[in-house]
Amino acid sequence: MSSRSTNETTRAEYCVVACAEAWRHAGEVLATPTGTVPTIGARLAKLTFAPDLLLTDGEALLIGDVPALGARARVVEGWLPYRQHLALAATGRRHVMMGASQIDRHGNQNISCIGDWARPTRQLLGVRGAPLNTLNNPTSYWVPKHSPRVFVEQVDMVCGVGYDRAAAAGPSATRFHHVPEVVSNLGVFDFATPDHSMRLRSLHPGVTVEQVLEATGFALTVPDDVPYTRAPTTGELRLIREVIDPERARDREVPA
Amino acid sequence: MTAEEVAGRLRNGMTIGIGGWGSRRKPMALVRALLRSDVTGLTVVSCGGPDVGLLAAAGRIRTLVAPFATLDSIPLEPHFTAARQRAAFDLVELDEAMFMWGLTAAAQRLPFLPVRAGLGSDVPRVGPHLRTVVSPYADGEEFVAVPALRLDAALVHLNRADAQGNAQYLGPDPYFDDLFCQAADTAYVSCEKIVDTADLLKDAAPQSLLIKRPFVTGVVQARHGAHFTSCAPDHDRDEPFQRAYARAARDPEAWQAFTDRYLSADEEAYQAEVAAFHEERT
Repeated sequence: MSSRSTNETTRAEYCVVACAEAWRHAGEVLATPTGTVPTIGARLAKLTFAPDLLLTDGEALLIGDVPALGARARVVEGWLPYRQHLALAATGRRHVMMGASQIDRHGNQNISCIGDWARPTRQLLGVRGAPLNTLNNPTSYWVPKHSPRVFVEQVDMVCGVGYDRAAAAGPSATRFHHVPEVVSNLGVFDFATPDHSMRLRSLHPGVTVEQVLEATGFALTVPDDVPYTRAPTTGELRLIREVIDPERARDREVPA
Repeated sequence: MTAEEVAGRLRNGMTIGIGGWGSRRKPMALVRALLRSDVTGLTVVSCGGPDVGLLAAAGRIRTLVAPFATLDSIPLEPHFTAARQRAAFDLVELDEAMFMWGLTAAAQRLPFLPVRAGLGSDVPRVGPHLRTVVSPYADGEEFVAVPALRLDAALVHLNRADAQGNAQYLGPDPYFDDLFCQAADTAYVSCEKIVDTADLLKDAAPQSLLIKRPFVTGVVQARHGAHFTSCAPDHDRDEPFQRAYARAARDPEAWQAFTDRYLSADEEAYQAEVAAFHEERT
């Protein structure tokens, strides 16, 4: 029997690095992650290759240090109450990574409800700020459990606007519209195709193209050569394990 | 005023804005007083939390105007989701920025404000009353024209207020509480403590004075009046009690027991039962 070395990079850690990469070239903007793995990713990006990022405490403060998950920040560098957060989105100085209960091949996202909107079979959060986000600042997505129930042919309620719907809505919708990528527990996806439909950009090590296709409910573009998601460096692994997430909350979101 | 007197000023079919956000600084004592009244058929305008949940469970909402409902540490508001799944009320589902500009338009006496949000999404599909507006300038861009969210009454809870209605928040976020009051024909502020005007700035900066007295109809002192939502820095969210609320909300029998124990008598009895709840846990 083989036993897993504790030093082996876990799937969750690949996901953290993939999320961090979303903010690599973001510049001096607010990183707004949703979920555990993107939160670790944003903090990793700030501690390494994207030091200019702004982070919040999850409520109204911009934090000046990078605390461990669940720990209080010791340094506050700014004030960002709810209304200013919404106004900041409209300035474009923000890259948000939202969750998605459903997402389709053009990047339309749903977090509102499943089924008929008038009487949903499953009511979720509501549209929240997804319509604003997608028309004003880069909006990426994180899906911790890639399945055909999430990656669907058509979402039941378009909250976050995808490429086809933005184009149909006209220049005011497309002017600042950008969905850079979708990160799931299986791989990284983008819209770098002629018709801006979803493409497999990289597989997390240990995942096959067949697995991704089986877990995706629409026709995904798969290039001939699909690279693997890059591994974390030794320094990044140390930051993830010892500084940002010593309690291993990442494993609860993406089990090994 | 008392919370009962506030509820006594509300009428069937009114449009009522409720301040706070999710499970943060909600005017729960006023909502509980409203629940003890017979007022129903309401249009509720809220960044929804347990205020929406309680009113929905009691069947008081005819129309809800909201961008979401959540308990924060518990992502989904169980009464809100259950009520939606039985189509218990009409929903006007707005994006968060649309909601903010709708309240702002109402406060500024404008019929609408333009916003780059909603286009391309299904918000206009499920909100066929929404219209767009084209910029009259050279850009010619098209925007959603968010209609003003004018309110008959606003309910908000703050940390301090004087008896005249100057109200102060001491936590990190004003949410939309001042907008709610300005967008409303009548506004009722509950607070942890009513203080002398001269004491408002004893330990706080002037920008903490969020709400001005011309926009306030009445002030209610309600200690722990946001319970079980958070009211920083006076008290955090009561997470164990919120968990008990959410558990009860998922089961009709448990919910009956919860309402019998906590919501059948007045605010004083409520707070006493909450104290007993915590004693039982230790």
